[in-house]
Amino acid sequence: MVKTFGNKATRYGYGEGLVELGEKNPNVVAIGLDITSSTTVNLFKERFPDRFISIGIAEQNGMGVAAGLSLVGKIPYVCTYGVFAAGRCWDQIRTTVCYSNCNVKIGGGHGGISVGPDGATHQALEEIATMRVIPNMKVIVPCDYVETKKATIMAAEIFGPVYIRFGREPTPIITDENTPFIFGKANVLKEGNDVAIIGCGPMVYEALSASEILEKKGIKARVINIHTVKPIDTETIIKAAKDCGAIVTVEEHQVMAGFGSAVAEVVVQNCPVPMEFVGIFDKFGESGQPEELLKKYKLKDVNIVEAVERVQKRKR
Amino acid sequence: MEREKKSAKELEKISNELRIDIIKMLCEAGSGHPGGSLSIIDILTVLYFNHIIHDPKNPDWDGRDRVVLSKGHVCPALYAVLSKCGYFPHEELFTLRKLGSRLQGHPAKDKGLPGIEVSTGSLGQGLSVGVGMAIGFKLDKKPNRVYVVMGDGEQQEGSIWEAVMSAGHYKLDNLIGIVDHNNLQIDGEVEKVMGVENLEEKYRAFRWETIRINGHNISEIDSAFEKAKKIKGKPVAIIADTIKGKGVSFMENVAEWHGKAPNKDQAEKCISELCNLIK
Repeated sequence: MVKTFGNKATRYGYGEGLVELGEKNPNVVAIGLDITSSTTVNLFKERFPDRFISIGIAEQNGMGVAAGLSLVGKIPYVCTYGVFAAGRCWDQIRTTVCYSNCNVKIGGGHGGISVGPDGATHQALEEIATMRVIPNMKVIVPCDYVETKKATIMAAEIFGPVYIRFGREPTPIITDENTPFIFGKANVLKEGNDVAIIGCGPMVYEALSASEILEKKGIKARVINIHTVKPIDTETIIKAAKDCGAIVTVEEHQVMAGFGSAVAEVVVQNCPVPMEFVGIFDKFGESGQPEELLKKYKLKDVNIVEAVERVQKRKR
Repeated sequence: MEREKKSAKELEKISNELRIDIIKMLCEAGSGHPGGSLSIIDILTVLYFNHIIHDPKNPDWDGRDRVVLSKGHVCPALYAVLSKCGYFPHEELFTLRKLGSRLQGHPAKDKGLPGIEVSTGSLGQGLSVGVGMAIGFKLDKKPNRVYVVMGDGEQQEGSIWEAVMSAGHYKLDNLIGIVDHNNLQIDGEVEKVMGVENLEEKYRAFRWETIRINGHNISEIDSAFEKAKKIKGKPVAIIADTIKGKGVSFMENVAEWHGKAPNKDQAEKCISELCNLIK
């Protein structure tokens, strides 16, 4: 059994982190684009009503307003569901926020297919790709509630645009207050030299669970949590490639141009080894219960185990 | 802070001198946007010399007003006026659009040109930035004002109206929007490509005050800004009727000159016409 500290949705890490940050830093302001209760931004709104700016259902304006606030010394946190946060206003993020290197923090909720019954329109599966491709943007995909809280607080320390992805459904808490969280530095959660399983977001729990199944089969997997997808920790990836000779990446996101691709970019340029990807393969999601969807789209620990078995056959 | 205001006559002279700079810059660059640069220059001249509070020698000074050029493609006009104010040396103007220049084809904050507040060029985004700045100043109870310069074709962007709505909602009387209403966009007449009128009624419907002026009459521009600064409880839109290519006979009201630089011969003709205006 993977050691966990209960279940809690990562989105609460964002809302609670924002309140904690707001207590410390008076320049932090939050922009609401409606849906503030489901993104948990309402926690900030209730605590600091004067520093909460409601913009309504107008994402493009919200992003521009955030840029403007940052240019007069505020640290704006603008948040909505990832499909809208990263999609509806991509041009605003690219040209106004990132090209000007504005100190804007973007919270992207409802990341992944586990959003469930709302279906494909609300299941963000592309934001890692569309955000990491923009110069100056930093991308963080925390693995659990605790890490999301740390990431939200820490984002204020990094100058420039930061995108933080979080999910809707409760997921296992696998880190605690003492787990290191250093921007840009991956965490090796488990040692092993047969294969490296590299994950981001709540899928890291599935990776840990897969490693336990593999252990029973005599395969020792190294499990790596890459919370900072950009800038990515090349050193830890290269070491994993060298030590293990095979890599499986795990993400609740499109594999194409996504997290696995980001890892592959490092691997092929530095230490090419066979890789397999666990993620969404060029498909939209659909309605269903979160667990049903994770199974249907092959995002569970057993699917990671299968990917490990495939990659091991290709190992030289 | 009271400043000594320049007379309409002085401003007109400066503006026409800046027109010559614009033509020279564009000719030297071999590309760029003369039409809109010439239609907005009178407004920018009046704004920078008589209205905004700023310190060109200290471009990052907190107390400055902010100017956002949402219609970023007319940056030759902005660069010319910034240089005239003393933000950077005059000779740098002629590096426009060249490799390594701080004067990018559209304003680029990351190139470090003093006076550029934000990167613009993708239309429809600047007013939102201005709204954010104005809200920020209100939060801190600061007196700074924000001026956002937009095009009339740009009013076709939906995001403009999101921003207009939010400025009205927050009663941003520290925000002044200027629409350079020259009636032309790349594809032709604005009203034929996609009609935007009646702009005054539209802005008023979104809880703005509006002032309509002749955007080439220096005194009218000057009093519009004076009036706009006094209005309380509402943002103000100055709808300025202008002429694309203003000041050069063969460029006036010709859509083709939206995004085409004059060659050497054409530039000489422009300059000789403009010199006659200055006499």
